[in-house]
This record gives sequence, structure tokens and C-alpha cells, in this order.
Amino acid sequence: MKKRSFTDLFFLLFVVYIVLPVAATMLYAFADKWNKTILPEGLTLKWVMTLFQDPAFIQAFGRSVLLAGGAVIVALFVIVPAIFVIVLYFPKYEKWIQATVVMVYSFPGIILAVGLIRVYSKFGISMILVVLGAYVIGILPYIYQGTRNSLRNVDARQLLDAAQLLGASKMQAFTRILLPTVYPGLFAGALLSFSVLFGEFVLINLVVGSRFETVQIYLMKKLSTSGHIASAVVFVYIVLMGILTFIAAKVTKKTKGATNV
Amino acid sequence: MSKRQAFIWLSPFIVLVLLFFLVPLLYMLITSFQSNGAFTLQQYQTVLTNSYILQGFKNSITLSVVSAIIALIVTLFAVYAIMNFSEPMRERILILTNLTSNFSGIPLAFAFIVLLGNSGLFTLLFDKWEIGVLSSFSLYSWAGLLLIYVYFQMPLALMLLYPIYDGIQQQWKEASALLGASTWQFWMKIGIPIILPGVVGTFSVLFANAMGAYASAYALTSSNYNLVAIRIGSLIKGDIFAQPELASAIAVLLAVTMVLAMLLSEWSIAKTRRKL
Repeated sequence: MKKRSFTDLFFLLFVVYIVLPVAATMLYAFADKWNKTILPEGLTLKWVMTLFQDPAFIQAFGRSVLLAGGAVIVALFVIVPAIFVIVLYFPKYEKWIQATVVMVYSFPGIILAVGLIRVYSKFGISMILVVLGAYVIGILPYIYQGTRNSLRNVDARQLLDAAQLLGASKMQAFTRILLPTVYPGLFAGALLSFSVLFGEFVLINLVVGSRFETVQIYLMKKLSTSGHIASAVVFVYIVLMGILTFIAAKVTKKTKGATNV
Repeated sequence: MSKRQAFIWLSPFIVLVLLFFLVPLLYMLITSFQSNGAFTLQQYQTVLTNSYILQGFKNSITLSVVSAIIALIVTLFAVYAIMNFSEPMRERILILTNLTSNFSGIPLAFAFIVLLGNSGLFTLLFDKWEIGVLSSFSLYSWAGLLLIYVYFQMPLALMLLYPIYDGIQQQWKEASALLGASTWQFWMKIGIPIILPGVVGTFSVLFANAMGAYASAYALTSSNYNLVAIRIGSLIKGDIFAQPELASAIAVLLAVTMVLAMLLSEWSIAKTRRKL
């Protein structure tokens, strides 16, 4: 029993440490005056209201959604077919995709940024497209994981063969049978990818800079000018991430339940 | 599916990997051996003799090792506690961890400024209670960076350790207890040897994760604190003083450090496996 309470203490430490900064920032976003006291002197909506009346923020938000969402959509159209083809028809080459996944996952943005700038800055092409391309590759691990897990759950190859045996065309088997089964995993992977890219700062800051102000760059600027506005930005960011994580978790749970039946 | 059809589906993916991953990395490697277009080892010589850059490496490695160890220890015990919770509770904790694993970079640095910055929540509290030692704490220092690094390491550590602990089955504990082993003996002879390779692997992932981190340190100290990632950033971003060749050499050495850490962990995993 003694041992149990000892590890529980660590668990408590873990949770408090993880929750405290998030909670404090949320509170700060609604704090009226908070300069001399331990707790805010009053609560107000004015910081969040001010934020949503700032066209610069709205635009930054739009840019972030466009960039992260665009990368996820491109990834779905480019990466997913490639994973399907490899897993279903050339399983012996799957180790190459796995190696790429590990490399992409372990190479930090700061190293990739050096190479991207070196290669593309002199061609005169839009560096935003370069970042978009890097984002598409950057989320490969999440998309791969989401797709692969679902494919493994259903034994996709046999499913396809069975459908074709029963008279479905290849196209029908693919869109009616296979796609619906991997859809939830794919959807969760896409949401996770989106939230990872929404929080990305290194590549966009180093490769493009403030010419394309995303939410992260907007936040970076506000850090030195207004703490309250910055906390309102972080509040919006956390809420958005929370919603995405929640939906992803629900969807994943549902698929698990479905395949267990 | 014919080879040709397959190639049509695969080629866009291969092109993207080449264009936005392999070619830039290769080009960076080549650049690191250049000076004004000619082949040279000069960049590496500069890196290895420049005490400022070397200090950046030392700072980054220390920060990464210490933050990884602290996060690992706290999480090891925390995961053990989580394992005793009910299934729905465990799921909720995992969702929360999942959420916070995305909470890094600029927002994270700001959250700590709210807590411990110049007029942060705790800074005021410490002042009020007149805890002298604590009120002299500066977030914009090594200790402050350590707090933030530990923060973003812990969710990752939990995700990696959770399945490792999951592998230890209750039956093993019962079996060893039936055979007369104490809890202590179970962990020393069975539990720890089983999870050790996983823990070492987790450590190397955490180390690499911290070595490559850039945004939070940048947001907190705005490139004043000397870390490798910050050095690379300021060498490629400075429009007037940009030194891409030198930045490339440092980036290559950073990658080498991370690969070495991975190899070291592979080696120690293989060694512990052999001992079993």
C-alpha cells in the first residue's frame, strides 16, 4: 500500500506540472487586472474580444488554416495512395516507407530548414510553397500510422480479393470496401497532422519569416507587446487543439470498438 | 496491379520526398564542405575551434540529457501509477497527454512566462511570501529552459513508456509471488530487465527531441541563450551576416550527435538483451 501512494505522488506531480501552465494561461486570457495580486482582480472578455476584432489575427488564423489544411489535403491525395499501393501490392518494399517515416520523424525542422533555404532560395519560387511541401512530408509519420493501423486491422488484401471474387470491379472494391474501413484511422491521422502543423513555427519562421504571418508568428510578435492578447491567442489555440484531439480520440475509439465486434 | 500503374500512384510521393526531404538534406551536407563554391573542411575547423559554438553544443547536450532524465524518472513512476487506474480513467489521461503533447513551442514558452516570468503568478507569490531563494529564480536562464524542456518531454515519455509497461503482465507478478519472490525481487530480476531496453530507447528519443527543439528556447530567450539550434537559426536568418556554409556544418554535426545517441541506445539495448 505504501508503494502505491509513492507512485501516486509522482502521478500527481506529473498532472499538476502538465495542467498548471495551461490553466494559468487560460485564466490570464480572462484576467482583468493581474499585476500585483496572486489571483486576477476581475474577469473580463475584453482580451478575447479585442483579439477577434484584430484583422491581423483573423488573417493570421486564416493563413494557418490554409497552410496546415492545404498540406493535410495534399498529403491525403499523395501519401495515402502510395501507402495503399505499397502495403497491398509490394509489401516487401514497405520497409522503405518505414525507413522514410523514421527519418522524417527524427530529423528536426531546424536541420531541414538549412537545406530548404540552401536549395530553394535562389530559384525565385515562392518559399511558402516550399514550406507547404516540407509540411506534406513532415506529417508522413502521422498519416502513415493512421492508415497502416486500419489496414492491419482489416487484412485489406483478403478483403479486396473477396470483393473482386464476388464481382466488384477493382474501383468499386477500393472505394466501397477499403476506403470506408480505413477512413476513421485516416481521419484521426489527418486531425493530428493538422494540429501538429498548426503549431509549427521553425520552418515558417526561418524559411518564410514574417512575410507570411501565421498564428504562431503573430503570437511571437505579441509576446513582447501585450501579454493579455498573447494569452488570448494561446487560449484560442488550446481550445482548437482540444476540440481536434477530442474528435480524433472519439473516432479512434469507435473504430476500435467496431473492429472488435 | 501492373508495375506501371503502381509507379503512377507512387511517383508523386517519391518526388515530394526527394524535393522536400532528401535533396535539401543532401544539399546541406554538400554545402557544409564548401566555402565560396570550393571544397574545403574549413567550416568544420571553424566549428571545432570556435569556443562559442562548442559551448552551444555543450549547453544543448547538457540540457537535453538532464531534461530527458528528469522527465523519464517522473514519468516512469507516473505511468506505474496510471497502470493501476481503471480503463476509462486511463483513457482520459491518455487523451489529456495527447493534447498536451502538442502544447509546445511559442505557446508553451508563453505559458511559463505567465507562471514564472518577471510578473508571473508564482513570481508574485514567492515575493509575497518572501521566499528569497525562489524569487531570485529567472525563467530566462538555464533553469527556466530546463523547466520548459521537461514539460514538453513528459507527454512524449508517457506515450513511449505506456506500451512498454503494458507488456508486463499481471500474471508474471502473480507467478513470481507464488514462487516466493518479493515485489522488490520481481522488479530487480524480472520487471526492470524487461522494461530496460524500452526505457533506454525512450531516453534516446527524448534526447533527440530536446536537441532539435528550437521554438520554445527562441521565444523565451530570443536567441540570447547559447544553444545549437538557436545558433543554426541565427546563422541562416541573419540576412546580412548569413553564413549558410557554417550553419550547414553545425547542422550536420547536430545530426551526427543525434545519430550517435541513437546508435548508443541500440548498442545498449542489444547488450541488455544478450544479458537476459
